[in-house]
Amino acid sequence: MILPGFPEAAPLAGLAGGLLIGLAAALMLLGAGRVTGVSGIVGRAFGINDSGMSWSSAWTFVIGLPLGAFLVATLKGGFDPEFVPLPLLAVAGVLVGFGARLGSGCTSGHGVCGVSRLSQRSLVATATFMIAGIATVAVMGVL
Amino acid sequence: MIRTHLPPLVSGTLFGAGLALGGMTDPARIRGFLDIFGAWDPTLAFVMGGAVLVMAIAWRFVPRMAHPLFAPKFSLPDRTDLTPQLVGGATLFGVGWGLAGLCPGPGFAILAIAPLEAVVFCASLLAGMLMHRVLFDQKAKAPAHASQ
Repeated sequence: MILPGFPEAAPLAGLAGGLLIGLAAALMLLGAGRVTGVSGIVGRAFGINDSGMSWSSAWTFVIGLPLGAFLVATLKGGFDPEFVPLPLLAVAGVLVGFGARLGSGCTSGHGVCGVSRLSQRSLVATATFMIAGIATVAVMGVL
Repeated sequence: MIRTHLPPLVSGTLFGAGLALGGMTDPARIRGFLDIFGAWDPTLAFVMGGAVLVMAIAWRFVPRMAHPLFAPKFSLPDRTDLTPQLVGGATLFGVGWGLAGLCPGPGFAILAIAPLEAVVFCASLLAGMLMHRVLFDQKAKAPAHASQ
């Protein structure tokens, strides 16, 4: 389906993907009693933070991520992601990792799990990183 | 063993599949969403909307459950304070998100699709987390520091 005015957009695939992500987070919430904050789970798996789910549970989740993405990529075919240069990826990675710890969460924890619960902290964090992201892309476009 | 590890494995796999299906494994799409002054790509809003919709329903079941299906109790974030750390951290996060078009979920999800870029991003992300731990060690050990 094509969204009028936005030829690049994939609204139906986006919605379907979002529903799957929601199911993943709902399973974690109702099954394990936890929010699905990827930064927190990754930090737990690599021994950077001590709180949260068990170390082995964190690892099974982290292993699932590339597994699920690879399955869809294989079935769908024609995956051709476009990346910024490696040095920029490295700088961005440090900012994302440090920021996620300092701000107690990332796009999944705040943006999906917190926003859907109307957590004030998550609403503020999500609005903040959206604005910062928009400003960053705008500045990069000018440079 | 299976009872405790199957939910996170299925959840992680569904999560990764959803990211790939929704196009979130392509940084160009994420940066396209943030590019509201340029060729805006609203796909991410549909991904977020779908995920929030399902989770908004899921949250309604929580108060009616004595305990989660496969765990003895709920362990959910309960902080309500708005702090400079929250806003500062989210700002740094957003800058990195905009620079790369990647956040932690997609970063790890693309490990099998684009291994080189994924390893560079994920290793840097872990380094950033470690820097936070070194700088704020005492806080990292406090129970109130639970992540969302």
